[in-house]
Amino acid sequence: MQNLLNGIPLWWYLAVSAALFCIGLYGALARKNAIALLMGVELMLNAANINLLAFWRYLAPTSSGGLAFAAFVLVIAAAEAAVGLALIIAVYRITRSIDPEKLDQMKL
Amino acid sequence: MNPDLPVLIVLGAVSVASALGLLLSRNAIYAALFLVLNFGVGAVIYLVLNAPFIAVVQVSVYAGAIMVLFLFVIMLLGAERLSPGENPPGMSFQRPLAIALGGVLLGLALYVLFVRQPPTTATALADSSPMAVGLSLFGPYLFPFEVVSILLLVAMVGAVVLTRNR
Repeated sequence: MQNLLNGIPLWWYLAVSAALFCIGLYGALARKNAIALLMGVELMLNAANINLLAFWRYLAPTSSGGLAFAAFVLVIAAAEAAVGLALIIAVYRITRSIDPEKLDQMKL
Repeated sequence: MNPDLPVLIVLGAVSVASALGLLLSRNAIYAALFLVLNFGVGAVIYLVLNAPFIAVVQVSVYAGAIMVLFLFVIMLLGAERLSPGENPPGMSFQRPLAIALGGVLLGLALYVLFVRQPPTTATALADSSPMAVGLSLFGPYLFPFEVVSILLLVAMVGAVVLTRNR
């Protein structure tokens, strides 16, 4: 592979980030606890950020667009956590449960 | 031999292992702490990628603020116990289907990583100081920056409205 940086190939970062994304996706789909589900989503956002920064560093280091978009992803993760946890608290007040399997109605 | 390579192999192993720990732990507190470890390792990977500003923001925002929020909600709701995931009845076809589709995805990823010729690497040194990030945020990325700030405002108002006591 020719794209090495300090002896590290680009695919190394992509493989780690793909593994993190898959684990996060499984967590978001399979957990029976809404908080663990949100943690899976955070893991996926983090994996996307590793991808963004690796591509920025290896392929376009002269522009700072990769850094700007990584910062945007961090902001969106913060907003998602705030709204997600607020939703979990609001649903828990009504149903006394945080099992996403039990939330199968649009109207509570 | 470059000293970065073994460091990065250890970092990747710890990162994936902490993600698996998050997935497998039966206690939500432990899962959250595994996630903190994962974010810490992610910050070190950002440092290796020459992005110190993002690494520091990652530690303070993710590992600091967001995880405190998660732990607070877990303890507030008393939701420490995580039950194991199990297949609902009537969904037995999903497992072989998921394995087949996952195999296709893995094959595609391996093909892209190892067979196709990757683009060549730019060798210029990156300027990743906070000043460069700020200049790009308020320069070429001003419009996305404004959109994200509105998103944050909406999220804040939404969180307040959703948790309001009626």
